[in-house]
Amino acid sequence: MQRNHNHPTIVTIEKVIDETPTVRTLVFSDDVMPNVLPGQFAMVWIPGVNELPMSIMISKESGKAAFTVRKHGPSSTGLFNVPVGGQIGIRGPYGNSFDIKEGKLLLVGGGTGLVPMMRLLTFVKPTDDITVLMGAKSKDEVFFEDLSNELLKNNPHQVIVSTDDGSYGEKGFVTDLVEKLVNDTHYDAVYVCGPEIMMYKTVQFANSRKIFVQASLERMMKCGVGICGSCCVGEDLVCKDGTVFDGEHLSKNSEFGHLHRNKAGILENY
Amino acid sequence: MEPSIATSIGQIQLDKPVMLASGILGISLDVFNRLYASGAGAVVTKSLSTAPWEGYPNPTIFSVKGGGWINAVGLSNPGASNFAKMIEPNQDVPIIVSLVGSVPEDFETMIKEFENCKIKAYELNLSCPHVAKVGLEVGDDPGLVKTIVSTVKKATNVPVIAKVGLGTSNYLNTVSNAVDSGIDAITAINTVRAMAINVETKRPILSNKFGGLSGTPIKPIALRCVYEISSKFDIPIIGCGGVSTWEDAVEFFLAGASAVQLGSAIGDNWVGVFDDINRGILEYMKKNNYSTIKDMVGLAKKS
Repeated sequence: MQRNHNHPTIVTIEKVIDETPTVRTLVFSDDVMPNVLPGQFAMVWIPGVNELPMSIMISKESGKAAFTVRKHGPSSTGLFNVPVGGQIGIRGPYGNSFDIKEGKLLLVGGGTGLVPMMRLLTFVKPTDDITVLMGAKSKDEVFFEDLSNELLKNNPHQVIVSTDDGSYGEKGFVTDLVEKLVNDTHYDAVYVCGPEIMMYKTVQFANSRKIFVQASLERMMKCGVGICGSCCVGEDLVCKDGTVFDGEHLSKNSEFGHLHRNKAGILENY
Repeated sequence: MEPSIATSIGQIQLDKPVMLASGILGISLDVFNRLYASGAGAVVTKSLSTAPWEGYPNPTIFSVKGGGWINAVGLSNPGASNFAKMIEPNQDVPIIVSLVGSVPEDFETMIKEFENCKIKAYELNLSCPHVAKVGLEVGDDPGLVKTIVSTVKKATNVPVIAKVGLGTSNYLNTVSNAVDSGIDAITAINTVRAMAINVETKRPILSNKFGGLSGTPIKPIALRCVYEISSKFDIPIIGCGGVSTWEDAVEFFLAGASAVQLGSAIGDNWVGVFDDINRGILEYMKKNNYSTIKDMVGLAKKS
Protein backbone atom coordinates (compact mmCIF):
# COMPACT_ATOMS: atom_id res chain seq x y z
CA MET A 1 0.00 0.00 0.00
CA GLN A 2 1.30 3.44 -0.90
CA ARG A 3 2.56 5.44 2.04
CA ASN A 4 0.44 8.41 3.07
CA HIS A 5 2.86 11.05 4.28
CA ASN A 6 0.24 12.49 6.61
CA HIS A 7 -0.24 9.15 8.32
CA PRO A 8 2.17 8.20 11.11
CA THR A 9 4.61 5.46 10.10
CA ILE A 10 6.00 3.56 13.09
CA VAL A 11 9.79 3.17 13.11
CA THR A 12 12.09 1.50 15.62
CA ILE A 13 15.13 3.22 17.10
CA GLU A 14 18.20 1.17 16.15
CA LYS A 15 21.01 3.24 17.61
CA VAL A 16 21.37 6.05 20.12
CA ILE A 17 24.42 8.34 19.86
CA ASP A 18 25.22 10.67 22.77
CA GLU A 19 26.46 13.88 21.14
CA THR A 20 26.75 15.86 24.39
CA PRO A 21 25.38 15.34 27.91
CA THR A 22 22.07 16.89 26.75
CA VAL A 23 21.95 16.05 23.03
CA ARG A 24 21.30 12.67 21.44
CA THR A 25 20.91 11.35 17.91
CA LEU A 26 18.38 8.55 17.44
CA VAL A 27 18.92 6.47 14.29
CA PHE A 28 16.18 4.49 12.50
CA SER A 29 15.55 2.79 9.15
CA ASP A 30 13.04 4.29 6.76
CA ASP A 31 12.28 4.52 3.04
CA VAL A 32 11.50 8.23 2.89
CA MET A 33 13.38 10.18 5.55
CA PRO A 34 16.95 9.41 4.34
CA ASN A 35 16.22 11.35 1.13
CA VAL A 36 14.57 14.54 2.33
CA LEU A 37 15.82 18.04 1.54
CA PRO A 38 17.59 20.33 4.02
CA GLY A 39 15.01 22.40 5.92
CA GLN A 40 12.24 19.83 5.75
CA PHE A 41 10.86 18.39 8.95
CA ALA A 42 8.81 15.50 10.29
CA MET A 43 6.16 15.37 12.98
CA VAL A 44 7.49 12.84 15.48
CA TRP A 45 5.06 11.02 17.76
CA ILE A 46 6.45 9.74 21.03
CA PRO A 47 3.58 7.49 22.15
CA GLY A 48 2.23 8.52 25.52
CA VAL A 49 4.30 11.71 25.55
CA ASN A 50 3.65 14.16 22.71
CA GLU A 51 4.28 14.84 19.03
CA LEU A 52 7.05 17.24 18.03
CA PRO A 53 8.26 18.88 14.83
CA MET A 54 11.85 17.72 14.22
CA SER A 55 14.41 18.49 11.53
CA ILE A 56 15.49 15.27 9.89
CA MET A 57 19.12 14.38 10.55
CA ILE A 58 21.28 12.41 8.14
CA SER A 59 22.80 9.05 8.95
CA LYS A 60 26.08 7.67 7.67
CA GLU A 61 24.38 4.37 6.87
CA SER A 62 22.27 4.08 3.74
CA GLY A 63 18.54 3.67 4.21
CA LYS A 64 18.72 5.27 7.62
CA ALA A 65 17.85 8.68 8.99
CA ALA A 66 17.91 10.17 12.47
CA PHE A 67 16.63 12.83 14.81
CA THR A 68 18.99 14.88 16.95
CA VAL A 69 17.24 16.15 20.05
CA ARG A 70 18.24 18.26 23.05
CA LYS A 71 16.42 17.39 26.27
CA HIS A 72 14.66 20.51 27.38
CA GLY A 73 10.96 20.24 28.24
CA PRO A 74 8.91 17.07 28.91
CA SER A 75 8.34 16.37 25.21
CA SER A 76 11.93 16.66 23.99
CA THR A 77 13.08 14.75 27.08
CA GLY A 78 10.55 12.06 26.16
CA LEU A 79 12.14 11.73 22.72
CA PHE A 80 15.67 11.94 24.21
CA ASN A 81 14.81 8.97 26.43
CA VAL A 82 13.46 6.65 23.71
CA PRO A 83 15.77 3.60 23.97
CA VAL A 84 17.15 1.32 21.26
CA GLY A 85 14.18 -0.86 20.29
CA GLY A 86 11.71 1.89 21.20
CA GLN A 87 9.03 2.85 18.70
CA ILE A 88 8.13 6.33 17.46
CA GLY A 89 5.70 7.48 14.78
CA ILE A 90 6.78 9.78 12.00
CA ARG A 91 4.79 11.70 9.41
CA GLY A 92 6.04 14.00 6.72
CA PRO A 93 8.34 15.17 5.32
CA TYR A 94 6.78 18.63 5.51
CA GLY A 95 7.96 22.08 4.52
CA ASN A 96 10.20 23.57 1.89
CA SER A 97 13.98 23.53 1.79
CA PHE A 98 17.03 25.73 1.35
CA ASP A 99 17.86 26.94 -2.17
CA ILE A 100 21.30 25.46 -2.58
CA LYS A 101 23.60 27.99 -4.22
CA GLU A 102 27.12 27.42 -5.51
CA GLY A 103 30.40 29.11 -4.64
CA LYS A 104 31.39 30.47 -1.28
CA LEU A 105 28.80 29.46 1.28
CA LEU A 106 28.45 30.30 4.97
CA LEU A 107 26.40 27.91 7.11
CA VAL A 108 25.52 29.11 10.59
CA GLY A 109 24.05 26.71 13.14
CA GLY A 110 23.27 27.10 16.81
CA GLY A 111 22.62 24.00 18.94
CA THR A 112 20.28 21.54 17.24
CA GLY A 113 19.84 24.17 14.51
CA LEU A 114 22.92 22.45 13.08
CA VAL A 115 20.77 19.51 11.98
CA PRO A 116 19.48 21.04 8.70
CA MET A 117 23.00 22.37 8.09
CA MET A 118 24.45 18.84 8.21
CA ARG A 119 21.88 17.73 5.67
CA LEU A 120 22.68 20.76 3.51
CA LEU A 121 26.37 19.75 3.55
CA THR A 122 25.43 16.50 1.81
CA PHE A 123 24.08 18.55 -1.12
CA VAL A 124 27.05 20.86 -1.79
CA LYS A 125 29.33 20.44 -4.81
CA PRO A 126 33.03 19.53 -4.34
CA THR A 127 34.02 22.88 -5.82
CA ASP A 128 32.05 24.90 -3.25
CA ASP A 129 34.08 26.69 -0.59
CA ILE A 130 32.23 26.14 2.68
CA THR A 131 32.47 27.83 6.05
CA VAL A 132 30.52 26.19 8.86
CA LEU A 133 30.04 28.31 11.93
CA MET A 134 28.68 26.52 14.97
CA GLY A 135 27.71 28.03 18.26
CA ALA A 136 27.48 26.36 21.66
CA LYS A 137 27.27 27.50 25.27
CA SER A 138 30.42 25.66 26.36
CA LYS A 139 32.94 23.00 25.30
CA ASP A 140 30.69 20.21 26.64
CA GLU A 141 27.93 21.27 24.30
CA VAL A 142 29.88 21.25 21.02
CA PHE A 143 28.78 18.56 18.57
CA PHE A 144 28.91 17.81 14.83
CA GLU A 145 32.37 19.45 14.52
CA ASP A 146 34.02 16.21 13.42
CA LEU A 147 31.03 15.30 11.29
CA SER A 148 31.21 18.64 9.46
CA ASN A 149 34.91 18.18 8.70
CA GLU A 150 34.29 14.66 7.49
CA LEU A 151 31.38 15.67 5.23
CA LEU A 152 33.55 18.46 3.78
CA LYS A 153 36.76 16.47 3.35
CA ASN A 154 36.67 16.94 -0.44
CA ASN A 155 35.85 20.66 -0.27
CA PRO A 156 37.84 23.76 0.48
CA HIS A 157 36.38 24.46 3.90
CA GLN A 158 36.70 25.66 7.46
CA VAL A 159 34.68 24.73 10.52
CA ILE A 160 34.63 27.42 13.19
CA VAL A 161 33.31 26.74 16.66
CA SER A 162 32.40 29.48 19.06
CA THR A 163 31.42 29.03 22.69
CA ASP A 164 29.65 31.64 24.78
CA ASP A 165 32.06 31.06 27.70
CA GLY A 166 35.19 30.69 25.57
CA SER A 167 35.92 27.18 26.88
CA TYR A 168 36.51 25.99 23.30
CA GLY A 169 37.08 27.63 19.92
CA GLU A 170 36.36 31.31 19.61
CA LYS A 171 34.88 33.09 22.59
CA GLY A 172 31.62 34.94 22.16
CA PHE A 173 28.34 34.81 20.34
CA VAL A 174 28.02 33.30 16.90
CA THR A 175 26.46 36.51 15.62
CA ASP A 176 29.61 38.52 16.39
CA LEU A 177 31.54 36.13 14.17
CA VAL A 178 28.88 36.28 11.48
CA GLU A 179 29.18 40.05 11.39
CA LYS A 180 32.97 39.84 11.09
CA LEU A 181 32.85 37.13 8.40
CA VAL A 182 30.30 38.85 6.16
CA ASN A 183 32.19 42.13 6.47
CA ASP A 184 35.55 40.55 5.56
CA THR A 185 34.50 38.05 2.88
CA HIS A 186 32.05 37.96 0.04
CA TYR A 187 29.74 34.97 0.40
CA ASP A 188 27.42 33.79 -2.35
CA ALA A 189 24.90 32.62 0.22
CA VAL A 190 24.37 32.42 3.97
CA TYR A 191 22.18 29.76 5.61
CA VAL A 192 21.17 29.88 9.24
CA CYS A 193 19.24 27.80 11.75
CA GLY A 194 19.22 28.14 15.51
CA PRO A 195 17.82 30.41 18.20
CA GLU A 196 15.70 33.12 16.59
CA ILE A 197 17.73 36.08 17.82
CA MET A 198 20.79 34.46 16.23
CA MET A 199 18.89 34.02 12.97
CA TYR A 200 17.50 37.55 13.12
CA LYS A 201 20.94 39.12 13.51
CA THR A 202 22.46 36.88 10.85
CA VAL A 203 19.71 37.84 8.42
CA GLN A 204 20.20 41.53 9.23
CA PHE A 205 23.97 41.37 8.66
CA ALA A 206 23.58 39.46 5.39
CA ASN A 207 20.76 41.71 4.17
CA SER A 208 22.84 44.81 4.90
CA ARG A 209 25.64 43.39 2.73
CA LYS A 210 23.09 42.31 0.09
CA ILE A 211 24.10 38.67 0.46
CA PHE A 212 21.52 35.97 -0.31
CA VAL A 213 20.43 34.57 3.06
CA GLN A 214 17.89 32.00 4.18
CA ALA A 215 16.76 30.97 7.66
CA SER A 216 14.90 27.87 8.80
CA LEU A 217 12.35 28.95 11.41
CA GLU A 218 10.92 27.11 14.36
CA ARG A 219 7.54 27.75 15.98
CA MET A 220 5.09 26.03 18.27
CA MET A 221 3.53 23.47 15.96
CA LYS A 222 0.50 21.27 16.40
CA CYS A 223 -0.72 19.91 13.08
CA GLY A 224 2.23 20.43 10.72
CA VAL A 225 -0.13 20.66 7.74
CA GLY A 226 -1.43 24.25 7.76
CA ILE A 227 -4.67 23.70 9.63
CA CYS A 228 -4.15 24.66 13.26
CA GLY A 229 -2.41 27.99 12.65
CA SER A 230 -0.19 27.69 15.74
CA CYS A 231 3.03 28.23 13.82
CA CYS A 232 2.10 31.50 12.13
CA VAL A 233 4.70 34.27 11.96
CA GLY A 234 2.93 37.34 10.63
CA GLU A 235 1.09 36.12 7.55
CA ASP A 236 3.36 33.11 7.10
CA LEU A 237 2.86 29.58 8.35
CA VAL A 238 6.17 27.92 9.21
CA CYS A 239 4.79 24.46 8.39
CA LYS A 240 3.38 25.34 4.94
CA ASP A 241 5.32 28.39 3.73
CA GLY A 242 8.57 27.41 5.48
CA THR A 243 10.46 26.27 7.34
CA VAL A 244 12.89 28.15 5.09
CA PHE A 245 12.35 31.83 4.32
CA ASP A 246 14.48 34.33 2.37
CA GLY A 247 16.13 37.11 4.33
CA GLU A 248 14.46 39.74 2.20
CA HIS A 249 11.03 38.30 2.97
CA LEU A 250 11.85 38.03 6.69
CA SER A 251 12.98 41.65 6.84
CA LYS A 252 9.36 42.64 6.15
CA ASN A 253 7.92 40.33 8.81
CA SER A 254 7.26 42.28 12.00
CA GLU A 255 7.14 39.17 14.22
CA PHE A 256 10.39 37.49 13.12
CA GLY A 257 13.09 38.10 15.71
CA HIS A 258 10.68 39.83 18.08
CA LEU A 259 7.61 37.78 18.90
CA HIS A 260 6.49 34.19 19.12
CA ARG A 261 3.21 32.58 20.16
CA ASN A 262 2.67 30.42 23.22
CA LYS A 263 0.45 27.33 23.33
CA ALA A 264 -2.68 29.47 23.63
CA GLY A 265 -1.57 31.57 20.64
CA ILE A 266 -0.72 34.68 22.68
CA LEU A 267 2.17 36.71 21.27
CA GLU A 268 5.14 36.92 23.61
CA ASN A 269 8.41 38.79 23.30
CA TYR A 270 11.66 36.93 22.78
CA MET B 1 -24.40 39.74 -17.63
CA GLU B 2 -21.66 38.10 -15.54
CA PRO B 3 -23.20 36.16 -12.64
CA SER B 4 -22.37 37.29 -9.11
CA ILE B 5 -21.06 34.95 -6.44
CA ALA B 6 -21.90 37.49 -3.73
CA THR B 7 -24.29 36.07 -1.18
CA SER B 8 -26.34 37.01 1.84
CA ILE B 9 -26.96 34.93 4.92
CA GLY B 10 -29.85 36.88 6.40
CA GLN B 11 -28.39 40.30 7.22
CA ILE B 12 -24.82 39.14 6.55
CA GLN B 13 -23.61 40.24 3.12
CA LEU B 14 -20.52 38.64 1.61
CA ASP B 15 -18.77 39.19 -1.72
CA LYS B 16 -17.87 35.51 -1.93
CA PRO B 17 -19.64 32.43 -0.63
CA VAL B 18 -16.75 30.31 0.70
CA MET B 19 -15.54 31.07 4.22
CA LEU B 20 -12.82 29.76 6.43
CA ALA B 21 -14.37 27.52 9.10
CA SER B 22 -13.69 28.06 12.76
CA GLY B 23 -10.70 26.38 14.35
CA ILE B 24 -8.47 26.71 11.30
CA LEU B 25 -5.57 29.18 11.02
CA GLY B 26 -7.45 31.59 13.22
CA ILE B 27 -5.03 33.47 15.46
CA SER B 28 -3.33 36.14 13.37
CA LEU B 29 -4.85 39.19 11.65
CA ASP B 30 -2.06 39.02 9.06
CA VAL B 31 -3.19 35.51 8.15
CA PHE B 32 -6.83 36.66 7.97
CA ASN B 33 -5.77 39.36 5.52
CA ARG B 34 -3.94 36.80 3.44
CA LEU B 35 -6.94 34.43 3.38
CA TYR B 36 -9.26 37.28 2.38
CA ALA B 37 -6.87 38.21 -0.41
CA SER B 38 -6.86 34.52 -1.42
CA GLY B 39 -10.61 34.58 -2.02
CA ALA B 40 -12.23 33.72 1.31
CA GLY B 41 -15.62 35.43 1.60
CA ALA B 42 -15.17 35.66 5.35
CA VAL B 43 -12.98 34.16 8.03
CA VAL B 44 -14.39 32.58 11.15
CA THR B 45 -12.00 32.86 14.07
CA LYS B 46 -10.91 30.08 16.34
CA SER B 47 -13.50 29.63 19.09
CA LEU B 48 -12.65 32.11 21.81
CA SER B 49 -13.19 31.55 25.49
CA THR B 50 -13.22 34.08 28.35
CA ALA B 51 -9.69 33.03 29.43
CA PRO B 52 -6.78 31.80 27.24
CA TRP B 53 -6.72 28.03 26.70
CA GLU B 54 -3.60 26.04 25.81
CA GLY B 55 -5.51 23.14 24.28
CA TYR B 56 -4.41 19.51 24.40
CA PRO B 57 -0.88 18.16 24.03
CA ASN B 58 0.08 16.68 20.66
CA PRO B 59 -0.81 14.57 18.77
CA THR B 60 -3.78 16.82 18.15
CA ILE B 61 -4.45 15.78 14.58
CA PHE B 62 -4.65 12.52 12.67
CA SER B 63 -4.96 11.99 8.92
CA VAL B 64 -7.53 9.34 8.04
CA LYS B 65 -6.50 6.99 5.27
CA GLY B 66 -8.72 7.67 2.31
CA GLY B 67 -9.40 11.26 3.33
CA GLY B 68 -10.34 13.45 6.25
CA TRP B 69 -8.82 14.38 9.56
CA ILE B 70 -9.54 13.74 13.21
CA ASN B 71 -8.50 16.61 15.43
CA ALA B 72 -8.51 17.32 19.12
CA VAL B 73 -6.68 20.62 19.31
CA GLY B 74 -8.79 21.34 22.39
CA LEU B 75 -10.05 24.81 21.44
CA SER B 76 -6.66 26.36 22.11
CA ASN B 77 -7.08 30.14 21.89
CA PRO B 78 -5.59 33.33 23.32
CA GLY B 79 -8.82 34.32 25.09
CA ALA B 80 -11.40 36.86 23.92
CA SER B 81 -9.67 39.91 25.37
CA ASN B 82 -6.24 39.25 23.80
CA PHE B 83 -7.86 38.31 20.55
CA ALA B 84 -10.07 41.41 20.39
CA LYS B 85 -7.00 43.63 20.80
CA MET B 86 -5.34 41.83 17.89
CA ILE B 87 -8.25 42.32 15.47
CA GLU B 88 -9.06 45.90 16.51
CA PRO B 89 -7.08 47.36 13.57
CA ASN B 90 -9.13 45.30 11.11
CA GLN B 91 -10.87 47.32 8.42
CA ASP B 92 -11.32 45.12 5.38
CA VAL B 93 -11.67 41.48 6.36
CA PRO B 94 -15.17 40.14 7.01
CA ILE B 95 -14.46 38.49 10.36
CA ILE B 96 -16.95 36.23 12.09
CA VAL B 97 -16.00 35.76 15.73
CA SER B 98 -16.60 32.28 17.08
CA LEU B 99 -17.36 32.06 20.79
CA VAL B 100 -17.42 29.12 23.14
CA GLY B 101 -18.60 29.09 26.73
CA SER B 102 -20.51 27.19 29.39
CA VAL B 103 -23.02 29.74 30.63
CA PRO B 104 -24.73 32.83 29.15
CA GLU B 105 -22.50 35.15 31.21
CA ASP B 106 -19.39 33.84 29.40
CA PHE B 107 -20.82 35.02 26.09
CA GLU B 108 -21.94 38.37 27.50
CA THR B 109 -18.45 39.02 28.87
CA MET B 110 -16.79 38.18 25.57
CA ILE B 111 -19.13 40.27 23.44
CA LYS B 112 -18.16 43.35 25.50
CA GLU B 113 -14.53 42.73 24.50
CA PHE B 114 -15.38 43.03 20.81
CA GLU B 115 -17.31 46.32 21.04
CA ASN B 116 -14.52 48.25 19.29
CA CYS B 117 -13.89 45.63 16.61
CA LYS B 118 -15.23 45.70 13.08
CA ILE B 119 -16.78 42.26 12.76
CA LYS B 120 -19.43 40.76 10.52
CA ALA B 121 -21.15 38.35 12.91
CA TYR B 122 -20.77 36.09 15.93
CA GLU B 123 -20.87 32.32 15.58
CA LEU B 124 -21.76 30.43 18.76
CA ASN B 125 -19.93 27.12 18.94
CA LEU B 126 -22.62 24.79 20.30
CA SER B 127 -21.04 21.68 18.84
CA CYS B 128 -17.33 21.12 19.55
CA PRO B 129 -17.19 17.35 20.14
CA HIS B 130 -14.01 17.07 22.23
CA VAL B 131 -13.97 19.61 25.06
CA ALA B 132 -16.01 19.05 28.24
CA LYS B 133 -18.58 21.59 29.52
CA VAL B 134 -18.69 23.54 26.25
CA GLY B 135 -19.62 22.83 22.64
CA LEU B 136 -21.83 19.77 22.29
CA GLU B 137 -22.53 19.59 26.01
CA VAL B 138 -24.13 23.01 25.63
CA GLY B 139 -25.79 22.19 22.30
CA ASP B 140 -27.33 19.05 23.82
CA ASP B 141 -28.96 21.09 26.62
CA PRO B 142 -32.09 22.73 25.14
CA GLY B 143 -32.63 25.12 28.05
CA LEU B 144 -29.06 26.36 27.90
CA VAL B 145 -29.19 26.91 24.14
CA LYS B 146 -32.27 29.09 24.61
CA THR B 147 -30.79 31.22 27.38
CA ILE B 148 -27.43 31.61 25.63
CA VAL B 149 -28.98 32.65 22.32
CA SER B 150 -31.41 35.08 24.02
CA THR B 151 -28.64 36.58 26.12
CA VAL B 152 -26.32 37.05 23.15
CA LYS B 153 -29.07 38.53 21.00
CA LYS B 154 -29.79 41.09 23.75
CA ALA B 155 -26.09 41.89 24.15
CA THR B 156 -25.33 42.79 20.52
CA ASN B 157 -26.79 44.16 17.32
CA VAL B 158 -24.30 42.15 15.25
CA PRO B 159 -25.93 39.10 13.57
CA VAL B 160 -25.57 35.86 15.55
CA ILE B 161 -25.08 32.41 14.00
CA ALA B 162 -25.37 29.11 15.90
CA LYS B 163 -23.06 26.29 14.83
CA VAL B 164 -24.71 22.95 15.46
CA GLY B 165 -23.45 19.42 15.19
CA LEU B 166 -24.19 15.82 15.97
CA GLY B 167 -24.31 15.18 19.72
CA THR B 168 -26.33 12.85 21.89
CA SER B 169 -29.64 14.63 21.31
CA ASN B 170 -31.28 15.39 17.99
CA TYR B 171 -29.48 18.39 16.52
CA LEU B 172 -32.76 19.57 15.03
CA ASN B 173 -33.92 20.33 18.60
CA THR B 174 -30.86 22.56 19.04
CA VAL B 175 -31.70 24.32 15.79
CA SER B 176 -35.32 24.67 16.88
CA ASN B 177 -34.35 26.19 20.25
CA ALA B 178 -31.88 28.55 18.62
CA VAL B 179 -34.45 29.64 16.03
CA ASP B 180 -37.11 30.18 18.74
CA SER B 181 -34.65 32.37 20.64
CA GLY B 182 -34.00 34.64 17.68
CA ILE B 183 -30.85 33.26 16.05
CA ASP B 184 -30.02 34.89 12.69
CA ALA B 185 -28.47 31.88 10.94
CA ILE B 186 -27.28 28.31 11.45
CA THR B 187 -23.93 26.77 10.55
CA ALA B 188 -24.19 23.00 10.08
CA ILE B 189 -22.24 20.92 10.98
CA ASN B 190 -19.21 20.70 13.25
CA THR B 191 -16.77 17.77 13.26
CA VAL B 192 -18.14 14.38 14.32
CA ARG B 193 -16.78 12.66 17.44
CA ALA B 194 -14.29 9.98 16.36
CA MET B 195 -11.02 8.26 17.23
CA ALA B 196 -7.99 6.46 15.78
CA ILE B 197 -5.87 3.66 17.26
CA ASN B 198 -2.39 2.68 16.11
CA VAL B 199 -2.11 -1.08 15.74
CA GLU B 200 1.63 -1.28 16.32
CA THR B 201 1.83 0.78 19.49
CA LYS B 202 -1.72 -0.35 20.42
CA ARG B 203 -2.62 3.14 21.60
CA PRO B 204 -5.14 5.80 20.66
CA ILE B 205 -3.19 8.29 18.56
CA LEU B 206 -4.67 11.57 19.78
CA SER B 207 -3.53 12.66 23.23
CA ASN B 208 -7.20 13.30 24.05
CA LYS B 209 -8.11 9.83 22.63
CA PHE B 210 -11.28 11.28 21.01
CA GLY B 211 -11.42 14.03 18.45
CA GLY B 212 -13.63 15.43 15.73
CA LEU B 213 -13.73 13.93 12.24
CA SER B 214 -13.70 16.48 9.44
CA GLY B 215 -13.19 16.55 5.70
CA THR B 216 -14.60 14.49 2.85
CA PRO B 217 -15.89 11.57 5.02
CA ILE B 218 -18.45 13.84 6.75
CA LYS B 219 -19.67 15.71 3.67
CA PRO B 220 -22.64 13.44 2.99
CA ILE B 221 -23.70 13.75 6.64
CA ALA B 222 -23.35 17.54 6.63
CA LEU B 223 -25.26 17.75 3.37
CA ARG B 224 -28.11 15.70 4.84
CA CYS B 225 -28.23 17.99 7.88
CA VAL B 226 -28.37 21.15 5.75
CA TYR B 227 -31.16 19.59 3.67
CA GLU B 228 -33.09 18.63 6.82
CA ILE B 229 -32.69 22.04 8.46
CA SER B 230 -33.69 23.91 5.34
CA SER B 231 -36.71 21.64 4.95
CA LYS B 232 -37.95 22.25 8.49
CA PHE B 233 -36.93 25.83 9.29
CA ASP B 234 -37.04 29.17 7.57
CA ILE B 235 -33.52 30.21 8.55
CA PRO B 236 -30.40 31.06 6.53
CA ILE B 237 -27.87 28.21 6.60
CA ILE B 238 -24.10 27.99 6.17
CA GLY B 239 -23.01 24.53 5.07
CA CYS B 240 -19.88 23.14 6.68
CA GLY B 241 -18.31 19.72 6.48
CA GLY B 242 -16.06 18.29 3.81
CA VAL B 243 -16.20 21.11 1.26
CA SER B 244 -13.10 20.78 -0.90
CA THR B 245 -14.29 21.40 -4.47
CA TRP B 246 -16.76 23.70 -6.23
CA GLU B 247 -19.08 20.75 -6.72
CA ASP B 248 -19.20 20.26 -2.95
CA ALA B 249 -20.09 23.93 -2.48
CA VAL B 250 -22.82 23.78 -5.12
CA GLU B 251 -24.27 20.63 -3.54
CA PHE B 252 -24.62 22.55 -0.28
CA PHE B 253 -26.33 25.46 -2.08
CA LEU B 254 -28.74 23.04 -3.75
CA ALA B 255 -29.46 21.49 -0.32
CA GLY B 256 -30.36 24.89 1.10
CA ALA B 257 -27.17 26.63 2.23
CA SER B 258 -26.50 30.25 1.25
CA ALA B 259 -22.77 29.95 1.89
CA VAL B 260 -20.23 27.32 2.88
CA GLN B 261 -17.25 27.03 5.20
CA LEU B 262 -14.20 24.86 4.74
CA GLY B 263 -11.25 23.87 6.85
CA SER B 264 -9.80 20.46 6.11
CA ALA B 265 -9.34 21.32 2.44
CA ILE B 266 -6.71 23.85 3.55
CA GLY B 267 -4.60 20.95 4.83
CA ASP B 268 -4.75 19.28 1.44
CA ASN B 269 -4.76 22.21 -0.98
CA TRP B 270 -3.54 25.21 1.04
CA VAL B 271 -4.97 28.72 0.57
CA GLY B 272 -5.44 28.47 -3.21
CA VAL B 273 -8.53 26.38 -2.52
CA PHE B 274 -10.73 29.49 -2.08
CA ASP B 275 -10.09 30.89 -5.55
CA ASP B 276 -10.37 27.44 -7.13
CA ILE B 277 -13.82 26.92 -5.63
CA ASN B 278 -15.01 30.46 -6.38
CA ARG B 279 -13.99 30.07 -10.02
CA GLY B 280 -15.73 26.70 -10.27
CA ILE B 281 -18.97 28.09 -8.81
CA LEU B 282 -18.89 30.99 -11.25
CA GLU B 283 -18.40 28.68 -14.24
CA TYR B 284 -21.26 26.48 -13.06
CA MET B 285 -23.51 29.53 -12.71
CA LYS B 286 -22.68 30.68 -16.24
CA LYS B 287 -23.40 27.24 -17.64
CA ASN B 288 -26.75 27.05 -15.86
CA ASN B 289 -27.74 30.69 -16.38
CA TYR B 290 -27.88 31.52 -12.69
CA SER B 291 -27.22 35.16 -11.92
CA THR B 292 -26.97 34.89 -8.12
CA ILE B 293 -26.18 32.24 -5.53
CA LYS B 294 -29.78 32.62 -4.34
CA ASP B 295 -30.98 31.11 -7.63
CA MET B 296 -29.46 27.81 -6.54
CA VAL B 297 -30.30 27.75 -2.83
CA GLY B 298 -32.56 24.83 -1.96
CA LEU B 299 -33.20 23.75 -5.57
CA ALA B 300 -32.72 20.08 -4.69
CA LYS B 301 -35.77 20.20 -2.45
CA LYS B 302 -38.00 21.00 -5.39
CA SER B 303 -37.16 17.84 -7.25
